[in-house]
Amino acid sequence: MPIPADRKYSKEHEWVLMESDGSARIGITDFAQTELGDVVYVQLPGVGDTVTQFSQMGEVESVKAVSELFCPISGEVTEVNDAVVKKPEVVNTDPYAEGWLIKVKVSNASELDSLLDAEAYGKLTGEG
Amino acid sequence: MVPFAGWEMPVQYPQGILAEARAVRNKSGIFDVSHMGRIFVEGADAQALLNWVHTGDIGLEMPLSRARYGLLCNEAGGIIDDCIIYRLSEQRYLLVANASNTPEVLTWVTRWRDERFPNVTLDDATNRIAMIALQGPDAVAVMATLSDFDPATTRQFRIVEATIQGKPALVGRTGYTGEDGVEIMPASADAAWLWGLLMEHGATPAGLGARDVLRLEAALPLHGNDISPETNPLEAGLERFLALDKGDFCGAVALRAIQANGPARQLVGFQTVEKGALPRAHSGIVVDGQRVGEVSSGGYSPTLDRNIGLGYVPAQSVSPGSRIQVDVRGNLIDAEVVRTPFYSRPR
Repeated sequence: MPIPADRKYSKEHEWVLMESDGSARIGITDFAQTELGDVVYVQLPGVGDTVTQFSQMGEVESVKAVSELFCPISGEVTEVNDAVVKKPEVVNTDPYAEGWLIKVKVSNASELDSLLDAEAYGKLTGEG
Repeated sequence: MVPFAGWEMPVQYPQGILAEARAVRNKSGIFDVSHMGRIFVEGADAQALLNWVHTGDIGLEMPLSRARYGLLCNEAGGIIDDCIIYRLSEQRYLLVANASNTPEVLTWVTRWRDERFPNVTLDDATNRIAMIALQGPDAVAVMATLSDFDPATTRQFRIVEATIQGKPALVGRTGYTGEDGVEIMPASADAAWLWGLLMEHGATPAGLGARDVLRLEAALPLHGNDISPETNPLEAGLERFLALDKGDFCGAVALRAIQANGPARQLVGFQTVEKGALPRAHSGIVVDGQRVGEVSSGGYSPTLDRNIGLGYVPAQSVSPGSRIQVDVRGNLIDAEVVRTPFYSRPR
């Protein structure tokens, strides 16, 4: 699966897509879902919660193992993808679109500078 | 690939654990189980030796070609391993042990051979012959298509010397998935060819991950998780595999005493009320706010679409229908004790 060039990436394999209203959509990468295998449980922060860049914000659990989710950018959670909570396998089938996890009202857009672009992330994971 | 008891084993193939498990439930799957120990036991004292070390009835009247599941117990009744013994001929048997226990099983059986049953040859053939488990509702028909294997004569828990397109293999109608199927033992040199042949005939390669999912759904114990030298067959719910009336055998005195007094704890099955974080081995089991035991195996069941598990609790403290909680990383998850197996194949 190609790595979308329209967003930024963390070294912990989360992506951030800035939307036109200034909020950020967050998910995990194709590399991450492949490594995890079949995802069967996703635990996410609630709407209104504050999340901090590079701090733990939840868990994603596959048949094989449980993995911590780190937030790639700070802000306030404005939306949670209920479709993923109900059908966690969407993270496997469509990690960059339907499998998004949360939307955040970004508190400090300059944090984006500490994230990787698609090319750098591809080099990190050996996909580039 | 992961290291496993000195072998390199695939956890999953590209389809993934759940797709592999579904293929085995719906069609057929193949598992490379060559890591399991295959020990030929032969000689005038072979029957008496095996009847001494194994809890099942390995009597003289055990029919040729029959397979028997049971435990190897130490003198205290602790489980050294769970093994299938196949009777190949009058004085020749095959013992199949778990990979990580094969060295201990060999040492244990050799010790009793040397002490009490000298006229036995032990031949560890693990590296000489491979083992591929073909499992699922289509498995036996696929085997019959490819070989002279006849499901009408080689029924469940039997073994036969078959010929697959000119190549010989022992074929046991046994497995570890809760499905009908066979375990095929060709020469190691023929293993890759056989794997390809089975794939051509529709079998899905399945790894350790799917194997664990399937055996847990069928509530088949995993040595090292659900049973160990620190557990005995009575508390593990394996009493039906103890031939306690067959006369003296290793561990019999201890096992009869445990049976008379009742075991102190019991292995029970449970399923969580809602989906969520998975119960896994070593998660605490909580009843009325008290931690009373520990999960020995747990995970997601694709067949039931529920989270399930096995765990030890004090004897008679719960029964099917009882509510318990499982402590998963500090979160108490509601669960219900249920009868096992969680899954039985349609017959």
